[in-house]
Amino acid sequence: MCRIGAIKSLNYVHPSLALKLMESQQKGHDNSGFAMIMHDLGGRFESYKHLPTLSMACTDEGLKRAEDMLHEAGFQRVMQWVPETDPQPGLDIHAMPNYVFQTFDYPKYYRKGEPKDKEELLLDMRLQLRKALEQDEQGFVYSFWPDVVTLKEIGDPRDIGTYFKLWEPDDKFTAKVITAQCRQNTNYDIVRYAAHPFFLQGYTALANGENTFYLKNVEAQRNLHRGYIGFESDSQCFLYTLHYVHRELCWPLRYYKHVVTPLPFSELDRREDKEQLLAMRQSLANLEINGPNTIIGVLPDFTLFTCCDAKKLRPVVVGRTDETVVISSEVCGINDILPDRDWETDIYPHEREIVAIDNSLEVQRWRQ
Amino acid sequence: METMKVQNVTPNDMPWKVKYDASRCTLCGSCVSACSFRAIECKVERRRMVFSEGDLPEPKQRFSAVPVIRQVKDVRHYCRGCGICEKVCPNDAIAPQRNPDTRHPILSRCLGGDSIKRGGRKNLEASIRTLDKLRVGRISQMTDPSLDAQRHTFDMLAPFGRILPAKALPFSLDSQNLLQVEATMPPVRWIYPVIIGDMSIGALSWRMWEAVAMAVAYLNEECGMPVRMCSGEGGVPVRLLKSRYLKYMILQIASGHFGWNRIVKAMPHMVEDPAGILIKIGQGAKPGDGGLLQANKVADHIQEIRGVPKADLLSPPNHQGLYSIEESVQKMFLSFNAAFKFRVPVAIKVAASATSVSVFNNLVRDPYNIVGGFFLDGIDGGTGAAHEVSLDHTGHPIVSKLRDCYLAAVNQGRQGQIPLWAAGGLGKTGDLAADAFKMIALGASGVFTGKLVLQMAGCVGNDLGRCNACNTGLCPVGITTQEPALVHRLDVDRVAQNIVNYFLAMDTEFKKLMAPIGNSSLPVGRSDALISTDKAVADQLDIQYVC
Repeated sequence: MCRIGAIKSLNYVHPSLALKLMESQQKGHDNSGFAMIMHDLGGRFESYKHLPTLSMACTDEGLKRAEDMLHEAGFQRVMQWVPETDPQPGLDIHAMPNYVFQTFDYPKYYRKGEPKDKEELLLDMRLQLRKALEQDEQGFVYSFWPDVVTLKEIGDPRDIGTYFKLWEPDDKFTAKVITAQCRQNTNYDIVRYAAHPFFLQGYTALANGENTFYLKNVEAQRNLHRGYIGFESDSQCFLYTLHYVHRELCWPLRYYKHVVTPLPFSELDRREDKEQLLAMRQSLANLEINGPNTIIGVLPDFTLFTCCDAKKLRPVVVGRTDETVVISSEVCGINDILPDRDWETDIYPHEREIVAIDNSLEVQRWRQ
Repeated sequence: METMKVQNVTPNDMPWKVKYDASRCTLCGSCVSACSFRAIECKVERRRMVFSEGDLPEPKQRFSAVPVIRQVKDVRHYCRGCGICEKVCPNDAIAPQRNPDTRHPILSRCLGGDSIKRGGRKNLEASIRTLDKLRVGRISQMTDPSLDAQRHTFDMLAPFGRILPAKALPFSLDSQNLLQVEATMPPVRWIYPVIIGDMSIGALSWRMWEAVAMAVAYLNEECGMPVRMCSGEGGVPVRLLKSRYLKYMILQIASGHFGWNRIVKAMPHMVEDPAGILIKIGQGAKPGDGGLLQANKVADHIQEIRGVPKADLLSPPNHQGLYSIEESVQKMFLSFNAAFKFRVPVAIKVAASATSVSVFNNLVRDPYNIVGGFFLDGIDGGTGAAHEVSLDHTGHPIVSKLRDCYLAAVNQGRQGQIPLWAAGGLGKTGDLAADAFKMIALGASGVFTGKLVLQMAGCVGNDLGRCNACNTGLCPVGITTQEPALVHRLDVDRVAQNIVNYFLAMDTEFKKLMAPIGNSSLPVGRSDALISTDKAVADQLDIQYVC
């Protein structure tokens, strides 16, 4: 089982906070990996917010291949950060030779283009890079998007933190939104891509649970969008549905809940908006999820949210102070990083709501 | 001694021999009067009796005329093995016995010069059913807990109607950032995933049809189960058309258009829309063959409902005037949608065939979004009357064909847009919940069933040649006959009660299958929940092979 966590703050925070958030929950995961996605970046990335950053783990050959492809496509590198590592003996980490965080300027003919066109370009580029590096495992391309970096590695999360010196807070590598998870996909083969959080065009999702409609989801999603690939984990389906509902269909976030866990017909029938909700349930029946799970998601505007399955078979809690909101599978993690908060204001979301936190940290609870 | 003529018909030529024990018979005559086929008769036999009256044995003989029951030696009145004689005999003196040496298939053709007709299902069953080679093998354990069939709630509903792709939904955002519907969408009804399949009011006796209709109304109004019943081709009593119970009926139109004159005339008086319209193109039990209601079943009320004289009623094998799938969409679907002002879903029923996927693909691509369901009927389906050669030798099994259609939709990203409904021998072993569940996991939105409903009512026929006389109008249990004396054998209330109880039991069993796989709504297309120990079946259906 996974444990998932997310931090959203008014200030830039360092990933050490995410490690601490997950540390006390380790009995609930198996310390098999660490993965995080950071949105709304500070530190060395702060002045490049409008330009895409490539997050990739690769071999030397993979790096060369990727750089050549990006160069050929017209991308110009404006910034590169190679994290300093501390490869102590005895660390439990299956490290790749290179961790690449490179920020690029768009190709010339895109620079004055529409945002939508740029977003499609970035996705196409990432898919091409992934494909080129995937065949002989020369690298793993996690994200290529403005103001977003991704780090995923196999091993003990504490050792991964040590390796990347993430336990030592600084103001160079920070973000206002960090989502994290400490388990590889132990149900199946260990594949770097299978670790959540997952990312697509500004959307991030991570989940604790099972998706018993995985096959239905996969069969439907494969035909919905070129970016819906991989499916190394059943939780990727949550991300793709989020992307489809919010970006492709342009429906407000609250309808995401109606798609993944639709109301029972008997309740639908009593609603004023039953016509819309029924049509949604019909048309997106294949995107329903039908198992125990909790989802945490991030939208391109950095809204952070969480919701659960319809029978609340997976826990989640939201704790907050004036400056920080933390969502976590277990309250012990929140106690560690927000020890002085008023725990009476903690929210334990129920099975029929979405809890969303906007950029002013206002918490909204949308009842389904 | 008479000269022996080998061509004479004897009981030994018949599919069933009547075993009669004169020593147990009280000559009450119940069996003879109960046999609707006139396959037994009273006869007087000359019997020799040897007796002795004195103290010492002094054998004498006496000849006397003794009344007995005998099997009729006539190919038109042969015993069907229905066993009604046995049922009514107070002394267990008589019973039919299957005759493995029967010459009936040859004799009947030789003497009649006509094809053999019968009702029932395909009788050439050689192997284990495909559905029985499948198991629900993906059981939730540990991290993905099973649900509790008693405690949790389940959404046991299936769609009937055309479902738009999400991008085609006519939604707009209002000032409060809420979605509003801007235009009319195709009608979709969410109904119980088992439809009582199309058996016409001519094929069934009026009491049987009424019992099914009563059961359906009861299931809806008292049990909260939105079960729908399809009328079959043959119309609906006008009183029902004008009643509020019409909403539980799917009206069928087939190539004979029987009953539609009355339906159209009743339209201005309808207080409810029907549940749907089903255009019947073909039927699994006799694909490529039309409907057949023999004159002896065309009773007064049927003449009234259909507006026909007492004559053989034959529906042509094809719809006159339809020469292509596109044409059917434009003509029939459009006109029926328009007739009910686009408020009633219109679906199509075809016999499963090697070409089913092509037909389905054409409908799935229907640009008008008016095809509201694809009903696929397999070879094991039942029928009231068909030529035996069609029944036994034509058709296509339903399981792989349904799966093929579903996967064709998946490949195009159109699964669920036209709900697939499957039938053809489902519930044959008496367990419809298991069969339906497996079909749903393979991609059906729901199933429809007919023959099983007859069996709930007391049909004694089976797939080993027992009875199968639906076509004769002499149904011994009053289900497929219009003979008043036979029809009155059927207890309407008990039939309705049996159907209701079966559906309640089946509903519980559905939940007992949904709970272990952790699903609270129907697992349409969840083939990952199924396993098979038969490699060929697993490969063909694209499910997991296990051993």
